Amino acid sequence: MAAIVIDQVGMRFGGTVALADVSLTVGDGELVALLGPSGCGKTTLLRIIAGLQIETSGRVLIGDRDMSGVPPRRRGLAMVFQNYAVFPHMKVRDNVAFGLRMTGADAARIDRQVARAAGLLHIEPLLDRYPAQLSGGQRQRVAVARALAVEPAVMLMDEPLSNLDALLRLEMRADLKTVLREAGTTTLYVTHDQTEAMGLADRIAVMAQGQIEQVASPSDIYRYPATRFVAGFLGSPPMNFLELPVTEGAVVLGNLHLPAPPSATRVVLGMRPEDLLLAEQQNGFAFTVQVTEPLGSHTLLTGQAEGVPLRVIVPPDLRPASGAVLHLRPQLDRVCWFDAASGAALEHSA
Amino acid sequence: MTLRRAVFLAGVATLCAWVLVPIYLIALGAIGGTETVNAWPKPFLPVTWTLAALRQFMNIAGVWMSVLYSVEAAGLCMLIAIALGAPAGYALARYRFRGATGFRLFVLLTRAFPVAILALPLAVSFIRLGLYDSPIGVGLMHSVLAMPFAVLISASLFQAIPRELEEAAWIFGCSGPSAFFRVVLPIALPGITATAIFAFVISWNEVFAASVLTVRHKTLTAYLLTVLSESPLHTQFAGGFILIVPSVLFILLVRRQLFSMWGIASR
Repeated sequence: MAAIVIDQVGMRFGGTVALADVSLTVGDGELVALLGPSGCGKTTLLRIIAGLQIETSGRVLIGDRDMSGVPPRRRGLAMVFQNYAVFPHMKVRDNVAFGLRMTGADAARIDRQVARAAGLLHIEPLLDRYPAQLSGGQRQRVAVARALAVEPAVMLMDEPLSNLDALLRLEMRADLKTVLREAGTTTLYVTHDQTEAMGLADRIAVMAQGQIEQVASPSDIYRYPATRFVAGFLGSPPMNFLELPVTEGAVVLGNLHLPAPPSATRVVLGMRPEDLLLAEQQNGFAFTVQVTEPLGSHTLLTGQAEGVPLRVIVPPDLRPASGAVLHLRPQLDRVCWFDAASGAALEHSA
Repeated sequence: MTLRRAVFLAGVATLCAWVLVPIYLIALGAIGGTETVNAWPKPFLPVTWTLAALRQFMNIAGVWMSVLYSVEAAGLCMLIAIALGAPAGYALARYRFRGATGFRLFVLLTRAFPVAILALPLAVSFIRLGLYDSPIGVGLMHSVLAMPFAVLISASLFQAIPRELEEAAWIFGCSGPSAFFRVVLPIALPGITATAIFAFVISWNEVFAASVLTVRHKTLTAYLLTVLSESPLHTQFAGGFILIVPSVLFILLVRRQLFSMWGIASR
């Protein structure tokens, strides 16, 4: 087992900066999700750790060993690729055994490890088939089993679930979490799916434009986003933002006077759809309903307030007609404040 | 649905006829004896069954030697085409280098150069190098003809193999060469085999360069050209038949490997 230390890693392709001096530490046995929109550099970072790409500056340490100039096969890691990269000319058994064979393990150990990995991922009945005879979900399991079989100190996963359909993804997510926790492997998991990151990770690192915006536990990153970008990227439906001027230490929202954080003249008020409560007219702000979506467990309303589009989650039995005006107030201890200019979070006022 | 199926089947039938009818007619002439060759309309089955024409052809002095020369030249052509063409194709598929596009075009351009123009200078330099009138010289010349196909086909072959497979091999313990031999090559093998056979057949069928570059050590095609023009029709058919048989057999032998290996369509 080993920790990954990413120390000031930079990556430039000609004039464009793919990674701008990124630093991140993944603790021993920890599962960190690298979350970000496509093109933010998260896959590049993963490939640099794997040794498949060479960083232009900085260094990567795995288990206190400097990995500069170390080829992928000597880094003591395993990787699960987005398209699985299962070898098509080998039976599933040989795929899972591949890494062990390359290290020269003896037959007994190979058999034991293959059986164990296959058991963890429930692919024992598939061991004598070729990958062409498997479904996408099964291939995915083979790819994970192949990675686990070598008992790697470090596991890298590049959007391993993105090619599966929604139901299968949910199932694999739960299985992955169990398997990785049992193995106790240090894992870096790249994804653009915030639900996946929230559900799997011990900590989430949100990336944007080649930089890490915030690293925190799923609940902290959801509750206390460091920037407006992080706040908007996590949560489904996403957080609502209202840009408001500050007058005498407060912002005015309908009939509400909310105490604003000091030291700012224009702020962005961030409110999650589920943190907006129904209120009386005198202690709320007006919200005009445009679309009502009854989703079973709750009703999602899309409409406008203060001239800005807004989404609100209300109890399932509430189904206002289009054009209806509701009055809402935010749960004060759950709102976020951001500087309008920089997008950085401001100190909590409540 | 049924119309589509009918069109499909008609297409298959046409293609089969396109290939099979000439072969059938040649075979008919070769084993049907003189009566079948001269009969009109052609009978479906030979009038008389006889291997006389084939035997007669086999007994023409020098035929067996020229078969040997053909195999030597074609084998050399195949070896060179794969040994040089496959690595070049791999480089084109995997690496971005200055002049890659130019190289593709350049390789193809070797085919645009008519052999007729090259024939005289080539013969002169082969004489100087001591390669003239030898199967090795013919094989060298043929490998130039086969090279564009070998390079471009194997390039598209390697391109079709996802880079991630190689990367996965590196991650799971392979060095660069071992990843190539354990993962890339086995997957590409059916296609490379096809390319090799193609190179062999190109050489086996080539007649012009082979005629120009040899005098006494002629390959089968070149030899037939000189001998058969004075032979009776059924002997000519017998010669044609024997010329076709190896190519057909070769393809039949590797057909399974070509089409069904691991369920991957070969190109």
